[in-house]
Amino acid sequence: MAGWGCGPEPNFKLTHYLVGTEWGDHIRGMSDPLTLTLNGEARLLAAPITLAALLADLGLDTRKIAVERNEAIVPRSAYGAVWLAPGDALEIVHFIGGG
Amino acid sequence: MHGTHPTAPEADPKEAIDDGWVVAGRRFNSRLIVGTGKYRDLPQTAAAIEASGAEIVTVAVRRVNLSDRAAPMLQDYVDPARYTYLPNTAGCHTAQEAVRTLRLAREAGGWNLVKLEVLGPPPLLYPDMPATFEAAEALLRDGFEVMVYCADDPLAAQRLEAMGCVAIMPLGAPIGSGLGIQNPAMLSMMIAQAKVPLLVDAGVGTASDAAIAMELGCDAVLLNSAIAHAREPVLMARAMRAAVAAGRLAHLAGRMPRRMGADPSSPLTGLIR
Repeated sequence: MAGWGCGPEPNFKLTHYLVGTEWGDHIRGMSDPLTLTLNGEARLLAAPITLAALLADLGLDTRKIAVERNEAIVPRSAYGAVWLAPGDALEIVHFIGGG
Repeated sequence: MHGTHPTAPEADPKEAIDDGWVVAGRRFNSRLIVGTGKYRDLPQTAAAIEASGAEIVTVAVRRVNLSDRAAPMLQDYVDPARYTYLPNTAGCHTAQEAVRTLRLAREAGGWNLVKLEVLGPPPLLYPDMPATFEAAEALLRDGFEVMVYCADDPLAAQRLEAMGCVAIMPLGAPIGSGLGIQNPAMLSMMIAQAKVPLLVDAGVGTASDAAIAMELGCDAVLLNSAIAHAREPVLMARAMRAAVAAGRLAHLAGRMPRRMGADPSSPLTGLIR
């Protein structure tokens, strides 16, 4: 999906494989953190991470939501191919009661 | 109307049966569209919608609450496979916000039929027609099927219809006011000229208001607060269902002419002396 991902390539990033381990925490502490805006709030994430991985971490059912990244819709089929980049602004929405 | 047979012989019996209405190529039996907002909770929302008999429900698009993942979702109570979700742009005050919101709605729901409303500021929340035109144009160009909330302005309605909107939805009174149908004459004129479905959207306060809208010849009625803010929402939902059906039948039946003065209902011949 050229054009979607502007984050780093995923392969062989220790931070990706060691998230949640003592080693991972140590290494991540030395690397640049990924800061982005999620529904208007700043978030610090362990990079690299795809949109699909973030949504899974958030426990969201992707069938019930829509995502906008930097004011452009991300098609559901592209979640796995979108690598989040520093400064990204994400809007994650769903349907609620309304008149 | 003494002296005449109670059924008009020239009436087509098929016309006495309401066979529903069509919007954007989809047929619906219920002429009542209900909102899903303002209810006490989701179980009450589900119960009221069920009681209303509605097949289309309006829904809003909002940020997911990321701090409360266990929060129940509307889809768990109002099944999108059973009800046609009509995403709205409530809360949008610019064309850009409205278009952005509905693009997200299309991605979340996967369908093109939407309700556009671009509102002016409180306390009136009156339709902002210049912004509505702008948003409608962008949405139609983007392949949406647009049901549009609008002022009771026949020229605006004609323009929206010419642009390609699939339903024209003027207000009967300001949103959430419950003031009833304040503009029956203007609505009648708009109904007479409309070639796409015309719905009253906003203003209905109680069942008789919905019946009046349908008697005028509206294709359907859209309401939310009148049910959600009733003392007993589920009961009012039943009342609205009956009122819309009754109003439609009365429209098909054709009301008697109004006259200034009495006309006795019983024969004046054969009186005892």
